[in-house]
Amino acid sequence: MDFNFTSEQDQLRDMVARLMREQYDFDTRRKIASSEPGWRPEMWSQFAELGLLAAPFTEEEGGFGGPIETMIMMEEFGKGLVIEPFLQTAVIAFLQGIIGGEKIFGFAYAEPQGRYNLNDLATTAKKDGDGYVLNGHKAVAHGGPMATHFIVTARTGGDQRDDKGVGVFIVAKDAKGVTTRDYPTVDGQRASEVYFENVSVGADALIGSGDDLALVEKVVDEAIAALCAEAVGCMKVLNEATVDYSKQRKQFGVPIASFQVLQHRMVDMFMAAEQAVSMAYMVTLKLGEDDVERAKAASAAKVQTGKAGKLISQDAVQIHGGMGMTDELNVGHYFKRLTMIGQQFGDVDFHLKRYAKLSAG
Amino acid sequence: MDLEFSPEDIAFRDEVRKFLEESYPESLRGKASRDEYEREDFLLWQKTLYERGWGAPAWPKEYGGTGWTSIQRFIFQEECARAETIPIPPFGMNMLAPVLLAFGSEEQKQEYLPPIIKGETFWCQGYSEPGSGSDLASLKTTAVRDGDEYVINGQKTWTTLGHFADWIFVLCRTDPSAKKLQEGISFILVNMKTPGVEVKPIITLDGSHEVNETWFTDVRVPVANRVGEENKGWTYAKYLLLHERSGIAGVGRSKRAVERLKEIAATEVSHGEPIIHDPTFARKIAELEVDLTALEYTELRTLAAEAQGKGPGPESSLLKVKGTEIQQRLTELTLEAVGNYAAPYFRGFPKDGDNAYPIGPGYAHMAAPLYANMRKTSIYGGSNEIQRNIIAKAVLGL
Ligand SMILES: Cc1cc2nc3c(=O)[nH]c(=O)nc-3n(C[C@H](O)[C@H](O)[C@H](O)COP(=O)(O)OP(=O)(O)OC[C@H]3O[C@@H](n4cnc5c(N)ncnc54)[C@H](O)[C@@H]3O)c2cc1C
Repeated sequence: MDFNFTSEQDQLRDMVARLMREQYDFDTRRKIASSEPGWRPEMWSQFAELGLLAAPFTEEEGGFGGPIETMIMMEEFGKGLVIEPFLQTAVIAFLQGIIGGEKIFGFAYAEPQGRYNLNDLATTAKKDGDGYVLNGHKAVAHGGPMATHFIVTARTGGDQRDDKGVGVFIVAKDAKGVTTRDYPTVDGQRASEVYFENVSVGADALIGSGDDLALVEKVVDEAIAALCAEAVGCMKVLNEATVDYSKQRKQFGVPIASFQVLQHRMVDMFMAAEQAVSMAYMVTLKLGEDDVERAKAASAAKVQTGKAGKLISQDAVQIHGGMGMTDELNVGHYFKRLTMIGQQFGDVDFHLKRYAKLSAG
Repeated sequence: MDLEFSPEDIAFRDEVRKFLEESYPESLRGKASRDEYEREDFLLWQKTLYERGWGAPAWPKEYGGTGWTSIQRFIFQEECARAETIPIPPFGMNMLAPVLLAFGSEEQKQEYLPPIIKGETFWCQGYSEPGSGSDLASLKTTAVRDGDEYVINGQKTWTTLGHFADWIFVLCRTDPSAKKLQEGISFILVNMKTPGVEVKPIITLDGSHEVNETWFTDVRVPVANRVGEENKGWTYAKYLLLHERSGIAGVGRSKRAVERLKEIAATEVSHGEPIIHDPTFARKIAELEVDLTALEYTELRTLAAEAQGKGPGPESSLLKVKGTEIQQRLTELTLEAVGNYAAPYFRGFPKDGDNAYPIGPGYAHMAAPLYANMRKTSIYGGSNEIQRNIIAKAVLGL
């Protein structure tokens, strides 16, 4: 058992932390989020130049890292409230052609009726000669507005909610018949509704066999691991900010930190964040296990992180009093990001159920 | 003991229901669910109620009150909530008016109360300051006597709807040398158009503009604008806070919100099944309803005690804590219910009807912003920590 990071991993963390400090401070981030494009293409080029887009890949895969490196980066990205679709591109798509920064991905898996169920797909991919024709509507594809390509799940066969017949495709955003409606999200990011109308793709657009729910589950579990690490970054910032604020803010002639009821709440926040850190490590280290073990780890981590994120974000606002309610202070922005992470790829109840089912065998 | 409403109460309920169906202004329909209002909306609703003779149910009859029992007032609020009317801002009606009625001069009552009941003036509350929130008595804004005038300097903050207001009631320090902080404070009425008053918006985390900073630089107001005695303002302020807290339980609105939540949960599906049939989610709604029922009967008990002449006391802290916890829980569950479509952010989009919003079901649009916004309820009106301190001290004697 070893929870230590290698010196290379420490260096990676320092590098990303510096990037966040120097170019992703809160005010800059806020300006970018409310600007017209809503992100910085030049930031993406920097990610590529610094090798961050190669870090999730092992050496055999052309990179220099793996899941632990992803975890390290995501935590720092969480502290910076990074907008660019690193998760969708480097963790979910995870394909050749992204390391240099040329391709950026959105993940078009959710559907209006599908909630968090990965197999509830009304979008179809019909065989047409060698290739396929896609039709359907994908909901809330994070990073969509910035993407050059989408990873799309669509039915190659079976009924709408069957486990069988889930295909995974790469579709260029500029392919004929693809339209998007882009919008900002509550947490300052961007997403799209993606519509496919008789979109013809070649045989090479299909990743895998065309019957790949297991692959989708695996990829989403990897995304969950990364999200849990991002959440840890948000929690650490909030906890530090809250403890600092409580020591500085005086009411009744004393720092509010001296009120025991607030001390205990900050202790609960601290404990929740520590448990979330543990879960982020746990799930990251179990990504390579068999399907059941990996899925249980991901759901367990998502549950714990969801609960911790809610507790910490709510109490951080509460202890900041009126100041916690403002858009001006960073607290509200971490609150919103943690709230969205809580539901992204399934909320606490969804993953508790998934865990219970897997655990019962 | 009797849990039933009397036949008179039922008849009264039907009368209110009919009025709301027939007379609630068309232009205000649908606004409450979006939580976005203009100044004119509030004034129009107040005017409509005034014309019906229901402008100020809680006031004494000679000032336009309805003479309703507290149970009738409760029924009225329930019906308004059920019909999803926009709220009546509390500042003039429920905060200032009780203070004027109890402590104001006859001239002040004649001058300020009629425009409130007729929907002609909009008030805001100038209590909190950057350095004085929970510890309100430490406030620093000063009012210095200069002949027949006070000269006011300082900064108030979190002024809800200050940008709509014609008037503000302000707590000012008039005797900086008083031994106790609570002594030496006066309660002063300031017209927002007086030179030296400046309102600056504060945007909240949900992106809305409802609170403001209010600055006072050499603001001159007649001494006649002081309510009650000089340096006795704290007594009036505390009196007002009790009234503020009793209205805060919001049982009627929460009941309506539970109905909305159920409608959403019957529409949203997981694997084709409405989530209202999902045992976990159904149980969460049930728990909330049980909590709300407990709150409702606690409020009714308080009202009954009030009818027997026991004014709002520390029990109102209980209503505030439990009421706001339920309001917050409602927005949490609504957020959960809408799933992925909680993410799109639409503030600032066209307001004319749901069709103008392009993405996802209409009921999802405000779920996340409202969840974020409602965190305020455990902070304002005396934070829930402060309310617990009050119960500990005043009720349990700790
Ligand atoms: C949306 C909104 C609208 C508002 N509208 C108005 C308005 O119209 N007019 C107006 O005058 N004010 C208004 N307020 C201000 C509100 O009354 C204050 O925010 C509130 O009193 C808390 O003060 P504070 O924000 O300075 O927090 P602080 O007093 O600094 O409190 C910070 C934290 O410390 C806790 N705390 C403080 N003292 C104690 C203690 N003794 N024991 C345990 N915990 C403690 C608090 O509960 C809180 O969690 C509004 C506030 C909000 C958020």
